[in-house]
Amino acid sequence: MKKICLVITGLCLSIIGAFAQVSDSSAYKSRKLVVEEVNLVSSYYHQDGNNSAVEGGIGSEKLTDFANILEVKMYHYDKKNRKHSWALEAGIDYYTSASSDRIDTKANSSASSSDIRFYPMVSCNMENEVKGTNIGLHASFSTEFDYQSIGFGASFGKKSKDRNRELTLRAQAYLDQVSIILPIELRGFGGGGEDEGYPREARNSYSFSASVSQVINERLQLMLITELVKQDGFLALPFHRVIFNDNSPARSEKLPSSRFKVPIGLRANYFMGDHLVLRSFYRYYQDDWGLNSHTADIEAVYKFSSFVSLTPFYRYYKQTAIDYFAPYQQHKPTDEFYTSNYDLSAFTSHFYGAGIRLGAPRGVLGIKKWNMVEIRYGRYNRSTNLNANIISMHLKFK
Amino acid sequence: MLLLLFLLGLLGSGCTSVKEYQKSRINDGEMELSGRKIQKTEISFQTYREGSSGANGGKTGGGCGCN
Repeated sequence: MKKICLVITGLCLSIIGAFAQVSDSSAYKSRKLVVEEVNLVSSYYHQDGNNSAVEGGIGSEKLTDFANILEVKMYHYDKKNRKHSWALEAGIDYYTSASSDRIDTKANSSASSSDIRFYPMVSCNMENEVKGTNIGLHASFSTEFDYQSIGFGASFGKKSKDRNRELTLRAQAYLDQVSIILPIELRGFGGGGEDEGYPREARNSYSFSASVSQVINERLQLMLITELVKQDGFLALPFHRVIFNDNSPARSEKLPSSRFKVPIGLRANYFMGDHLVLRSFYRYYQDDWGLNSHTADIEAVYKFSSFVSLTPFYRYYKQTAIDYFAPYQQHKPTDEFYTSNYDLSAFTSHFYGAGIRLGAPRGVLGIKKWNMVEIRYGRYNRSTNLNANIISMHLKFK
Repeated sequence: MLLLLFLLGLLGSGCTSVKEYQKSRINDGEMELSGRKIQKTEISFQTYREGSSGANGGKTGGGCGCN
């Protein structure tokens, strides 16, 4: 907990430090790098259920996650009046997991009961406002005890002459390493351990996305997004147990070494009257593991004024199971692939809640640079009896 | 799928040309088509708890020990 307090203090000090560089340049196109805004998003997530994949589809899924993401956005203009934007982001999660604690079933509380994930990212974007083009690059890194990731990507966007349509193409790759931490009873001699280091396997993900946005009229705009995602390498999690129907010894879950995913999404935002904005999203998803899903999401933003709004939201989600899923003790030992991870089972889920956003022309609580605060609560119910709550807060400084 | 193809056609067809001075509502912060920052951690937990992801500004596999 001390570490968490230190991290939060560090993030706050970073924000204060960032303002040492802020300059007010609303109209002037600055050649110098100036801070545009600083965002801090914090959230607390708690879930509970009884289908832990670590114990083969039974057992506690209790998990908490405390996440903090700090983002600093900067920009400057070059001699050709092109806008160069930079975003530096650092995220840190502290989580505790009852199911991960059961990787070692003999210990009262093992080293796997909690962990910290750190994930920084840097991105840059060059926008030519005359031509309506922008080119972006980004790089990211993520590390936690059993998982490391390096990511990078590029994007290109082009607006139409009347600025009512925009096409964006994006490509990205993640080169990940999964530590092979097997359930305690499956670790043989020479199978790795905390003292000698766990063996690692690669997991690579490549994606390409294309999106088209269109202003339909003065109140309605749409965006269509499609992605093609290819993953290969070690796509299972090694500490997930599978218990077979013949009571043979448990094994670590086994999944194919490649997966191809195609999500297609549509966003539609409509400004109704003078105070209400309806934000909607629909996604259809299909992959070659046999999973397909539908997601429908709607938010109604009621603007009491330019500075205060209330946003109730509801999200419906339904998925089919992958071909390789079966519950506890229902896999046959002759199955080629097997998992009892209920995240890949058939279920429906409902996510609902509300958010409130407060801004102030002279700064929140009289603090001039504190532009906005938003707080949002959501409740998640899954038909497999997994329930979760999440409360998030977004602070924006300009 | 048919609905999506229909909407794709709608996007491609000529829509009302909205002038910059008519975009006071379109340019409202709440009308942004990208995901909102406060939803970032929500999208993250959904990526872990659900088998599908993508097309919403979040990850589509990779970068985390998620599905």
